[in-house]
Amino acid sequence: MKTLTVRYFAMFREHAGIDEENLSLEAETAADVFNATRDRHGSPEPSGHCKVAINDEMADWNSPVSDGDTVLLFPPVAGG
Amino acid sequence: MIEITTNEIRPDELRAGLFDPGAGAYCGFEGWIRNVNEGHDVLRLEYEAYEPLALTEGQKILAEARDRFPHLQAHCVHRTGMLEIGECAVWVGVSAPHRDEAFQACRYIIDQLKVRLPIWKKEHYADGHSGWVNCERCAKSA
Repeated sequence: MKTLTVRYFAMFREHAGIDEENLSLEAETAADVFNATRDRHGSPEPSGHCKVAINDEMADWNSPVSDGDTVLLFPPVAGG
Repeated sequence: MIEITTNEIRPDELRAGLFDPGAGAYCGFEGWIRNVNEGHDVLRLEYEAYEPLALTEGQKILAEARDRFPHLQAHCVHRTGMLEIGECAVWVGVSAPHRDEAFQACRYIIDQLKVRLPIWKKEHYADGHSGWVNCERCAKSA
């Protein structure tokens, strides 16, 4: 079990109704965290269209997560 | 340099900062808020950024552009907050020795910014609804 801080942005934040939360998860990768939050909050967007960062560094979905990490979940971006 | 700001973007003032005695070309791009998207009448747009990563990712994009196009000066500013129709949401300015690399570098930077920066926009429509751009499928199934 790992204790992680998960932060939500834009549509994800509105969907979850919170900016961030601390979760205890059996997660090995960023994708595991995404899937757990998707199950938790029901957001259906596939992870391939989204981006993830770990501790303020852009990461891949197969990047490992460690106890105490902050995982930032970004829905599809739309700058410009 | 890249900046994220809630203040009005003033391209004429920013452009002056790119003056370089070795530059023979300047190219600028302004992204404006328009009043329609995919058939919906849009009243205004709300931009949100995760600034720490938008800045580091933006700096990487500008560094990539400088690697591709020698002697390039480049600057970008992106707005956040609520923007009205006609306002400038993003500005990219470059100066370079010749026009070809100025055009190409400006295009490279704006194209990369749009797909890589953690920035989101929410459209507010005339019919009272709103929606996150590029998240239509999520919104439909939510």
